[in-house]
Amino acid sequence: MNAIRLLIRYGSASVRAQMQYPFNAVMLGIGQFTATMIDMVAIWALFSRFGALDGWRLGDIAMFFGLVSVSFSVADFLSRGFDVLGTEFIKTGQLDRLLLRPRTLTLQLVGNDMRLSRFGRLAQGLLVLFIATVSLDFHWTVATLAIALWTVAGGTALFFGLAVIQGSMSFWTVESLEAMNVLTYGGVQAAQYPLSIYARWFRTFLIFVVPIGCVAYFPVLAILGKPDPLGAPAWFLTLSPLAGFVFLGASFLAWRVGVAKYASTGS
Amino acid sequence: MELTRPYVAAFSARFLLMLQYRAAAFAGFLTQCWWGAIKIMVYAAFYRTSHASTHPAITLAQVATYTWLNQGLLALMPWGCDPEVALAVRTGAVSHDRLRPVDTYAFWYARAAAYMTSRATPRALLMVFLAGIAMPLIGFHELSWAPPPSVAQAALFGLSLVLMVCLSSAFMMLLNVAVVVTLNDRWVSQSLNPLLVVLSGSLVPLALYPQWAQRALFFQPFAGIVDIPFRIYSGNLAGTPAYEGLALQMLWIVVLVWLGRAWMARVMRRLDVQGG
Repeated sequence: MNAIRLLIRYGSASVRAQMQYPFNAVMLGIGQFTATMIDMVAIWALFSRFGALDGWRLGDIAMFFGLVSVSFSVADFLSRGFDVLGTEFIKTGQLDRLLLRPRTLTLQLVGNDMRLSRFGRLAQGLLVLFIATVSLDFHWTVATLAIALWTVAGGTALFFGLAVIQGSMSFWTVESLEAMNVLTYGGVQAAQYPLSIYARWFRTFLIFVVPIGCVAYFPVLAILGKPDPLGAPAWFLTLSPLAGFVFLGASFLAWRVGVAKYASTGS
Repeated sequence: MELTRPYVAAFSARFLLMLQYRAAAFAGFLTQCWWGAIKIMVYAAFYRTSHASTHPAITLAQVATYTWLNQGLLALMPWGCDPEVALAVRTGAVSHDRLRPVDTYAFWYARAAAYMTSRATPRALLMVFLAGIAMPLIGFHELSWAPPPSVAQAALFGLSLVLMVCLSSAFMMLLNVAVVVTLNDRWVSQSLNPLLVVLSGSLVPLALYPQWAQRALFFQPFAGIVDIPFRIYSGNLAGTPAYEGLALQMLWIVVLVWLGRAWMARVMRRLDVQGG
């Protein structure tokens, strides 16, 4: 309980800091909204040109895209501390100060900097979900809503796990590793479209290595009530977001190795 | 010769400096490969599963080549103002630039062109190697980066590519002047980037947008940054339309440079220098 109260204090402190420049905060949020909404223009253009994509409609794609955007925005809101760990904490020696405090590193890094601009992407995800609902004339039930929330939870865990891995690697590289953006931003990009249209090697990667398919493609099939063209059984579709939590657990194993290896730099 | 020397020097100094950032170039390259692969797989799926009557006036192979070119040369687009100019504006170093016995517009223009081409060169070379040479060798022939269909087309592309750099630099100069006015580089690029991505053809090739929009899309200035040069490369824009494209690029360069110079002259007449 103490940890959660502390996290709320961290959060409100960083929100208050950003609200010192309210215009700036709002502009950054709007920027994230438009920058991410653009992908919907591409989806619209392709569907208006070609009509359909292997039996998928525009609304189906919007459902994938909306849910993965919501998951990513929540994870991104919570994980910025891991993202900048290399440049802001290890390189400067600031991490020593965090290690001296009687709270876990994870808690302090989560609370380090909660960016309000992430609400821009959250709003985009929700709007895209709304487009999906209208376009498919989809009727949400308690069951499908529950699966959607479960999917977002799994997706948040997965993207948070990716940030933790990025942070862990900066114990070796010192700099924050930009190459990891391939998996985070690139993962959101890949998860916009159904896995079934991708080449086999890419599909395998998105299911078994970095299980982004398990927090977008499979559970959305369960929400839409579609059977999987790839042949995954129905029980698996609903259960698959669990893979996000498994991934998060594995990423914390890497994190432990990294922290144990840490020797102070900076001055 | 003597007249252009300071601008050539500004270009080459910046070019060599930017080549030092190899780790950033590598991370950028990885991201661009990933994006290119996803985009092409999505296009391929659309082409494969839809009726030929819905297909646009560009083939899948041309779209694939276009996409790799776009990913390899992303750094040639005016994503924001020149970061050095933004810094100079914030620190007050802009007054040094004004004291130099050179034309500030041309000086900044040369540096902007160097900034973009130096960032693009290593990424483009890696991309040619991967998508143009390695991909066909391991069997992904159809969706790889294909060479231009003829020598004539390659020559036209060479010209169009140079014009693309000139046009992008002219856009970047508008952003540079905007930063001098607003002092905030982030908002300036943030408001222009969505337009740039959608209208240049970087999001999807302009030919994939609806038929009714095609003419207007061809004539707007952003088409000269991605769509016109890359369609010339793949042979999708050949003959008279290719020359029209080149003429449009030149026209927009003239317009934007004129606009940039006029605006800069106005802004510089009364310049508040920041910092101290």
